[in-house]
Amino acid sequence: MLDKALHGGKTYWTLIIVLASIAGAGTLAYLYQFNNGLGVTGMSRDVSWGFYISQFTFLVGVAASAVMLVIPYYLHDYKKFGKIVILGEFLAVASVTMCMLFIFVDMGQPMRILNVILHPTPNSILFWDATVLNGYLFLNIVIGWTTLHAEKKQAPPPSWVKPLIYLSIPWAVSIHTVTAFLYAGIPGRHFWLTAIMAARFLASAFAGGPALLIILALILRKYTKFDPGREPIQAVGKIVTYAMCANVFFILLEVFTAFYSNIPGHMHSFEYLFVGIEGHGKLVPLMWISVIFAVISLIMLIPPKIRNKESNLIKACVLVFISLWIDKGFGLVIGGFVPNHFGTVTEYWPTLIETVITLGVWAIGFLTLTILYKVAISVREELGTVKSEY
Amino acid sequence: MSINRRKFLKIAGLTGLGLSLSARDFILMSPAEASGGHSLPSSGERLGMAIDVRKLTDADYARIADACHTVHNVPTLIPEKNNVKNEVKWIWTDTYNHTFPEQINDYHPEALRNKTFPLLCNHCDKPPCVRVCPTKATFRAKNGMIVQDPHRCIGCRFCMAGCPYGSRSFNWVDPRPYIPKRNPDFPTRTIGVVEKCTFCPERLARGQQPACVEVSNGAMIFGNLADSHSEIRNILSTHFTLRRKPTLGTMPSVFYIIGGEDYAG
Repeated sequence: MLDKALHGGKTYWTLIIVLASIAGAGTLAYLYQFNNGLGVTGMSRDVSWGFYISQFTFLVGVAASAVMLVIPYYLHDYKKFGKIVILGEFLAVASVTMCMLFIFVDMGQPMRILNVILHPTPNSILFWDATVLNGYLFLNIVIGWTTLHAEKKQAPPPSWVKPLIYLSIPWAVSIHTVTAFLYAGIPGRHFWLTAIMAARFLASAFAGGPALLIILALILRKYTKFDPGREPIQAVGKIVTYAMCANVFFILLEVFTAFYSNIPGHMHSFEYLFVGIEGHGKLVPLMWISVIFAVISLIMLIPPKIRNKESNLIKACVLVFISLWIDKGFGLVIGGFVPNHFGTVTEYWPTLIETVITLGVWAIGFLTLTILYKVAISVREELGTVKSEY
Repeated sequence: MSINRRKFLKIAGLTGLGLSLSARDFILMSPAEASGGHSLPSSGERLGMAIDVRKLTDADYARIADACHTVHNVPTLIPEKNNVKNEVKWIWTDTYNHTFPEQINDYHPEALRNKTFPLLCNHCDKPPCVRVCPTKATFRAKNGMIVQDPHRCIGCRFCMAGCPYGSRSFNWVDPRPYIPKRNPDFPTRTIGVVEKCTFCPERLARGQQPACVEVSNGAMIFGNLADSHSEIRNILSTHFTLRRKPTLGTMPSVFYIIGGEDYAG
């Protein structure tokens, strides 16, 4: 089936070349970082994780969101998702690939990364995160590829794949729970030390991931013969709406606990992120953009009248995605490090090299996604099943 | 001269064993235990430190930090571009409010608020850094020291996120060009690994005190917390001491004698 990725039109190849070029630039930037050390990034003794780990955290959520299509389709027999489940599974593959690359580029000694396997350490959450991420990648590659292959042969998927599909559901929850545990189990970082972290991660994942999926599906409809259908998109829109409501609710719970209890450690990171501390407030504008986008998106999503219009839905999804990217792909990780353990502020901002490497990893992810989606759509074009009947 | 296969293997094996042992001794020095092994043992060793800050001045701190950093080949990265981003430090000083942020009080004697305090790894009884390390590169020795194997560290910096005391430094750049005077008796580190105070296992093995203790003129007391007759236990049972961030349950092994009445004058 992979040969389908080798036959495409002008648009397809232009996209491939653009993504490959960005990936190439990212690789060159990484070689520079590899030779000169992580000192070329904006990270410091005080803010020791930056853009890479926050992108990783955000993308674990995108990966986990595939389950929002798998559950309705496989557990509730919601046939209308038949055409887009594969988009979710392949999005998970691309996202987990990016997650792993982001962890890799963040390592001080990347050549020793196999030490995690050579010296397995079950008391470290990072060990479990590596385990569940690899498992999730494997599950989605196998499930996506096998079901697509069966579709191509116009045969039902082999029976052994069903248990894997069911397994992938709790597994998706596990990848984001374990990723939340990376943060939520650390003493002394009050911003992270919260029992709701995993729930909040899942809520934001189930809003951000499906929002991206809607955007991707509509892009595919515009540039290919693929048509996800109106109803499935609206159904995913409802998922985005509920999840985004839950996510905003969870954040407000955090704000209440921090400020009503009046415990300084719990308030400081919020203060840094939203008003700045002692004149330090690099992230303040971004965080407010996140808040404003979240509010506007909810205004557009909650009333069915507005959401039902596809042009509104896609705008709302773009707002959701940007809002969550800022919140989780930036603020959450950096906010945990500021102020530092001595109550002083060291700010963080990614350097150019760091940004190019980050873009490179995203490009590799989207390259993977483009190729996988191309294969899926080509298979259906041949079968004449590229359009949804819903 | 010819050597047969058997002989060759014998020599090769012994050489390999010797190399690995010497490398291991160099870094670890003491029997290693990667798992928890917590709380005070009724017998045996549990190392700790008491610091009598009443006796220490800024000049003492400079001397102490210099002694530690020189003997351990700690790079001097601070002056570079006036930028502390890449800083590596094992022992340093900060104000009272930054050292004990849980015990800030606007009405403390001014002398106390203006005083500086030495900061170093607390060698916690329940160390979060050991808990989070994915490769056991940092681990707890049986005597309570939190030590690390820089050759196993993958540079993920989870320990830096985990340590609530800011005791850990990462080698953001190659440290070797920034070592003012290299001590050939102690290994240098490579780029991309985390390091911190180790309580000087290599010196203890030679019967010496930790480098900072040696030059502290008696203001830093190092010893066995498990021995009720040790000097440090005697000090701790006769003085009021503070530990940093005790509410986190990490149980630091570094105790601060801050005095009290001395500041009121």
